[in-house]
Amino acid sequence: MSDTPSHEHDHSHSHSHDHNNPDDPLYNSHGEHPYQPDSEDTPYEHHHVMAEAVGELLIDKGIITADELRGMIELIDSKSPAEGTRVIARAWTDPEFKARVMVNVNDAAQELGIDPGTIPIRAVENTDSVHNVIVCTLCSCYPRLLIGLPPDWYKSRSYRSRVVHEPRTVLKEFGTEISKETEVCVHDSTADLRYLVIPKRPDGTEGMSEDELAALVTRDSMIGVTTL
Amino acid sequence: MSTSYAVGDTVAVRQAYPPGHVRAPYFIRGKSGTVDQVVGNYKNPEELAYGRRDSERLTLYRVRFNQTDVWANYNGPAKDSIVIDIYENWLNPAEGA
Repeated sequence: MSDTPSHEHDHSHSHSHDHNNPDDPLYNSHGEHPYQPDSEDTPYEHHHVMAEAVGELLIDKGIITADELRGMIELIDSKSPAEGTRVIARAWTDPEFKARVMVNVNDAAQELGIDPGTIPIRAVENTDSVHNVIVCTLCSCYPRLLIGLPPDWYKSRSYRSRVVHEPRTVLKEFGTEISKETEVCVHDSTADLRYLVIPKRPDGTEGMSEDELAALVTRDSMIGVTTL
Repeated sequence: MSTSYAVGDTVAVRQAYPPGHVRAPYFIRGKSGTVDQVVGNYKNPEELAYGRRDSERLTLYRVRFNQTDVWANYNGPAKDSIVIDIYENWLNPAEGA
């Protein structure tokens, strides 16, 4: 797979490919999309080597077992935004629950049978007067054990550097226009806390059940880059 | 361990550039803000990063800054803000406070 353009993340090019044109670099001579290179076909970088070395050392020195490492990876992979959406839907429908969410998300989530881990998660609520958006400028801190792994863009240098400096421009790129009357508050999650945005409940949802409301909540709205 | 600041206090982030696993974002050093919340006591991540687990705990604060104080060319209303989690070792009383 040489010379395969890495266009997986770049859809700025035109989509008018001629599938029968063997000169089109995005298609092979049979008019099929080429395969993406397997990860083992890409160069093995310093940080890959270091990550594997640290994992092996922790196991060799008996600090963790291979089973514990696998178990943690499986636990993180099993998480998804769905658990967060249940917390939001309950907070919208039960003011007392919402009050507990605003104090301690971890404890409140456990009431719904969700295990959000032990790293403290704080809720920040979007209202008519303030719109909150989350970033970790130093790395990629994110409430993973509640809403799953962060999207790739959340970890990108571009998002991390720009959303603190020009949040309204970045939000617009997500299709989110915040009125000048509303404060935009960026939360830089650089330390021992993680953040969850409680989006504003959409108008016209008064009669909906908790499950219907949860289905409206998106991952991006819990990061604060979109509204509902 | 000390907790030197209370909610509402004006604080300045140290304008220091030490090497290592530093947890105060570069862009906020030297800027002044207001303590929004006293979060609690945590082990110093700048020590934990090097396996030094018995260092003194530090108080962690949530500090609120006006975006127009952080960026000279901030393009947005004066009410926009940024809240950053900062450990006490990075804070000084703001001048004039």
